[in-house]
Amino acid sequence: MDIKPILSTLRRHKFTACLLIAQIALTCAIVCNAIFLIGQRLERMNVSTGMAEHELLYIQLANIGNRPDAMARTAADIEALKEIPGVTSAMSTNQIPFSDSSSNTGIKTDPTQQNNVINAGEYLGEGVVRTLGVQLIAGRDFRPDEYRDLDDVYAMLRRGDNHALPGSTLVTQAMAERLWPGQNPLGKQVYVAQNISETVVGVVKELARGGNFTEGMPYSMIDPIRIGMSSGSLYVIRCAPQDREQVLKSALAKLKSLNPNRIVLNKGTYDELRYRYFRNDRSMAGILLGVSLGLLIITALGIVGLASFWVAQRNRSIGVRRALGATRGNILNYFQTENFLLTTIGIVLGMVLAYGINLFLIVHYELPRLPGMYLPVGAILLWGIGQAAVLGPALRAAAVPPVVATRSV
Amino acid sequence: MLSYYFSLALRSLRRNRVLTALMVLAIAMGIGACMTTLTVLHVLSGDPLPGRSGSLYYPQIDPQDMDDYGPNVEPPDQLTWADGMYLLKAKRAAHQALMTEGMVPLQPTQSNLDPFQAAALYTTADFFPMFGVPFKFGQGWGEQEDDGKARIAVITSSLNDKLFNGANSVGKELRLQDTSFRIVGVLGDWHPNPHFYELYMGSYDSDEDVYIPLSTSRDLKLEHDGTTNCWGGTGSDPNNLEHLSCVWLQFWVQLNSPADVAAYKTFLIHYSEDQHAAGRFLRPANVRLRNVMQWLDYQRVVPSDAKLQVWLALGFLVVCLVNTVGLMLAKFMRRAGELGVRRALGASQRTLFAQLLVESGVIGLAGGLGGLVLALIGLWLVRHQPADYAALAHMDIPMLFATLTLAVLASLLAGLLPAWRACRITPALQLKAN
Repeated sequence: MDIKPILSTLRRHKFTACLLIAQIALTCAIVCNAIFLIGQRLERMNVSTGMAEHELLYIQLANIGNRPDAMARTAADIEALKEIPGVTSAMSTNQIPFSDSSSNTGIKTDPTQQNNVINAGEYLGEGVVRTLGVQLIAGRDFRPDEYRDLDDVYAMLRRGDNHALPGSTLVTQAMAERLWPGQNPLGKQVYVAQNISETVVGVVKELARGGNFTEGMPYSMIDPIRIGMSSGSLYVIRCAPQDREQVLKSALAKLKSLNPNRIVLNKGTYDELRYRYFRNDRSMAGILLGVSLGLLIITALGIVGLASFWVAQRNRSIGVRRALGATRGNILNYFQTENFLLTTIGIVLGMVLAYGINLFLIVHYELPRLPGMYLPVGAILLWGIGQAAVLGPALRAAAVPPVVATRSV
Repeated sequence: MLSYYFSLALRSLRRNRVLTALMVLAIAMGIGACMTTLTVLHVLSGDPLPGRSGSLYYPQIDPQDMDDYGPNVEPPDQLTWADGMYLLKAKRAAHQALMTEGMVPLQPTQSNLDPFQAAALYTTADFFPMFGVPFKFGQGWGEQEDDGKARIAVITSSLNDKLFNGANSVGKELRLQDTSFRIVGVLGDWHPNPHFYELYMGSYDSDEDVYIPLSTSRDLKLEHDGTTNCWGGTGSDPNNLEHLSCVWLQFWVQLNSPADVAAYKTFLIHYSEDQHAAGRFLRPANVRLRNVMQWLDYQRVVPSDAKLQVWLALGFLVVCLVNTVGLMLAKFMRRAGELGVRRALGASQRTLFAQLLVESGVIGLAGGLGGLVLALIGLWLVRHQPADYAALAHMDIPMLFATLTLAVLASLLAGLLPAWRACRITPALQLKAN
């Protein structure tokens, strides 16, 4: 196909052609970035916590009245929960990923360091590894004699009695690799304060922190500290996925019968908790998808409109060409090539613009750089849409009979 | 003349229904998307206390140790108990109030209601006069109640409706965490958005249910929620926060003149220097004094997604406009013959231009009305989103006029170029060609 006549025709419709190119470029740029943003959201929503998520239930309770025997009552609750048929493990903890509160601490590897090396999430509770289903890849889990009660820990801190504090901890692989790259973390010391250190006795493969994700989602540590009702009750129960509904019902009934004087704040499967946490990301992804589709439809309609106009305008010249021997295929081809040319110029400009928008997003929204693979995706999308949109008007053009050439207007 | 152009425009638009519909639809979609997102942003970045917020300030000082210290480091967002109490008692401002939030179990005395968790603000006496909180019944409390750790409470009108069916409940009993409180006041309609004075329990649509004295909450060891930041390895025992190196309290002051603001800032610096000299503060004096809007800006209260959506919608509108310009140009150029005849019959370029602009204005107005409908649908959709600000997304009068103005301006802008190009045709050429 000779593109020379197309170019000379376009030169006579410079302004309209430029508008079409501008529209395609803008659409291409926005759609590329929107698809990229959708990808980012999906990636965020699919992030792994390292836990046996489909086997977990949680119940958050508020207690009415301050009770002196909180520790014993919590132990009784846990025992009762473990007795429910199907329950493999249960615990009282201080946080789980994607719930609305989190517990974090600054970490040093040497007490003389002025600045914290990282900030890590700090898990408390008896049996965190077993209940959350995280994988221990080195060292050991805590021994029963290593556990302390949180209230006692607070009392010790108040007295400045640091040597009786729990001295061991478990860290995630990511945290160990960050603190001691390439070294064996077992036996190393982490400092949670100037004069309080803990020895790493085990490494878990992966465990997301409770919140504060901007500080590094995979940095978590587990301390051998039991947590009682006085600090709020967050019970996590592990059971087989198909038993969850039944176990949750029995657990709530059991907790209520043990002590009716409390309020269930929150309850459900971990999957529900996670689904709820990402609701904004899900709706944002939906909006981005909607806008992208809207843009593509508007652009397609614009192409249809302009192409129809051009076909109507060139009715006579098409007739002349047909009379001079051009086939229907030639005419069809002409309009398709013309559209392909305009779309290609638009896409090239759109790529540059997409990169510019991405730079703006990097500065204002701390997003990573647009990976190159999104550009061909946008290009193919627009080429496809351009060809589909121009097909109708082009077919109409091809249907113009040669006799039109002989008619006077 | 204008009405003639108007009827010409309508006739021309009717001649090409599909193209007209396409242009109106494009403008309507662009405007609708833009106005939906702009309205949300407008609601979210509004002034929570118009007329009052300019004289309300949030003092920040830096009591931390040298860990993670560096140049230009911001002081913590909250105060320790010791500093908060000192600044409160110093009374260097017209009004000052110290506060934090928590969830308290509320046990209704009515048998038909189960106990539930109520959101409580633990604060001090000046909270009510400083923020100009309206009362439906009763009033707030005074300094004596703060000092005496009084078992008193102020409740919101929605809680009053729930517990007492809206009747005057002043003097009645309220049971919180197994303790009896006496209701002294019921608030009127007061829903500052953003929830500027306490951002840790949610920035929007997060009214509390009860207000009780801060001293009482500590005396009864009521649960404190929100953020607690500690340093120096003293732990964060929630029942012992008064004596730990932890920041967990918000503090607001009312300063009525720029001179007062300057004086208060000097006061904060002097306090920090004294504490530094005494060895309690390890960092050099590092203070901030932001007013409500500056504080909201600093805390980045407006969700970044809302801003991103505005940019997205603006991009969408631009594409829609470019699309409309192209279609309008095609349409006007197609009528070159008709325009040529009008020129030949004596119409000036200016009148042609005016006629074509009226036509694009009509498209804009139709698109604007369509956009308004789409924006209302869009806002309805936003209200059914799970975000915590969803319920606030309502169109107000200024945004309504802004929508229509934007639509007409946008389409006039879109009509400008095509009309200018179309009215410059030479009549002779057009007539000859036909």
